[in-house]
Amino acid sequence: MSASQRVAAVAGSTLIACLLASIILLRQIDGMRSAATIQEVLYISSPKLLKRLSLGYNGLLADIYWTRAVQYFGGKHHEGARHYELLAPLLDITTQLDPHLSVAYEFGSNFLAPPPPNGAGQPERAIQLVEFGIRNNPNDWRLYYDLGFIYYMNLQEYSKAAAAFLQGSRVPNAHPFLKVLAAQMAEHAGEIQTARLMWLTTYQTARDPSIRANAVAHLRALQVDQDVTALEALVNLYREKSGRLPASFQAMEQAGFLRSLPVDPLGQTYALEANGQVVVRDPDDLPFIRKGVPQGYVPPARPKFLPND
Amino acid sequence: MNTRIGLIAANTFREAVRDRVLYNLIAFALLMSGAAVLVGQISIDIERLVVVNLGLTAVSLFGTVIAIFIGIGLVSKEIDKRTLYTVLSRPVRRWEFIVGKFFGLAGTLAVNTFFMAVGVFAALLYVAHHFQASDGWVLVALYFIVLEFLIITAIALLFSSFSSPLMAAVFAFSLFVIGSFSEDLRGFAAMAHGPGRWLALAAAYLVPNLSALNVISSVAHQQAVSGRLILDNTAYALTYSALALCGAVLIFERRNLK
Repeated sequence: MSASQRVAAVAGSTLIACLLASIILLRQIDGMRSAATIQEVLYISSPKLLKRLSLGYNGLLADIYWTRAVQYFGGKHHEGARHYELLAPLLDITTQLDPHLSVAYEFGSNFLAPPPPNGAGQPERAIQLVEFGIRNNPNDWRLYYDLGFIYYMNLQEYSKAAAAFLQGSRVPNAHPFLKVLAAQMAEHAGEIQTARLMWLTTYQTARDPSIRANAVAHLRALQVDQDVTALEALVNLYREKSGRLPASFQAMEQAGFLRSLPVDPLGQTYALEANGQVVVRDPDDLPFIRKGVPQGYVPPARPKFLPND
Repeated sequence: MNTRIGLIAANTFREAVRDRVLYNLIAFALLMSGAAVLVGQISIDIERLVVVNLGLTAVSLFGTVIAIFIGIGLVSKEIDKRTLYTVLSRPVRRWEFIVGKFFGLAGTLAVNTFFMAVGVFAALLYVAHHFQASDGWVLVALYFIVLEFLIITAIALLFSSFSSPLMAAVFAFSLFVIGSFSEDLRGFAAMAHGPGRWLALAAAYLVPNLSALNVISSVAHQQAVSGRLILDNTAYALTYSALALCGAVLIFERRNLK
């Protein structure tokens, strides 16, 4: 082997060793600095200043901040956090750098407004964000939907929700559901069917996978709430007719109260407690349910979304 | 260190000084003294913050520009002037030439950074009238900046070993920009799916991670830097520089200089 070949062999093997070592070190550094880049928002929180610093490349900077917002929420949500203090500033910076990035408003209305652990619990900031979006994108019907959604779901201000939906329905090419939702607000606000219609619209129109997963989980929860209400009414009817509580759903089926054993949206049979209460068998798989929760059940720190959602 | 490498390094340092590289210190001194006087007059309780941010950013940018523009010419200039043939006709190996050039420019940048650091601390003293314990973290930030220079110098040398100075400058500057956003790049990769995810991940781990070496903002806010990060960043910068240098050696060893 010539001297030159020896040098090439040593340099080549050192190069490979250094590449592997640098990857290992980088992973260690990343583990230490998981939120360091995002923390920068604490230092430069002024979108105007950032816009000037971006030297006109504000679109690219907006994309970077958008990624940071999603990562921040995803990371904290995964840890089961109850505080998301940087989510609002990150979304503010993102949208002010690029006011037409409509997915950021959608994300804000879905995760900035709901109470923890499923959101930041800041509906007022979410409304400010979406109103800013509407001022900059008056022809985007989704933003009016997002605004109405926050008023309806998080603040229960049905008249304001109706006004937002109605305003959105007048936008060219608006989703026809907006008109229906505006009408529903007057008579059926607070009803399960209205909520179902809203989550269904969110599922059908959202572009972000996490928003769609959230909508699916809420739709399942609404189905459970409706099933449990109906099943408990049947249990009461059975008791009125037979003078005692049914021993099981099989007994109700044999007595003709049920055509088959009732199953939840995931295909698991509902359970009937001795006191006549109807509960789900695996409440962890059904986050956001308000009915059918077994006694003494402690929900996990963060809502569980299923892999297929 | 090998004597021949030391001689090439000393010569590279001398040449950089002769090329008036250290003249940038005059511009830096003017910038820092101007900023210190101006910030001192405004007096809105962020004098220290402004001086640290401005000073460290200037140190980083001045050094990066020097590292790229001197680094890209380290090999090509020697070929153009035909001095390389004189050097290699002596008992000097090609890899020794590359490593010597690297240490020469790294030394130049270290000396340059030392004088600029003196300027930063002088401006800090002027506006704050005294030093405080947390100013020690400024030294850590300066150390990280020197580590960043090592990486950029090695990269510039790598590109200089096979391309024209202009293209080498473009490549090195692009890697510097991408490296400054490397944590975001890994964030993008984490959000991607399918083959795109693996491609993005590979790119994210291949480009230099300069984001972790930038602690200017946190130091300006008097936040501590963990000892573990200092250790890991040091190891990373040395490893990555060695990686780029090995690449440069491999290419230069096979290059036809006839």
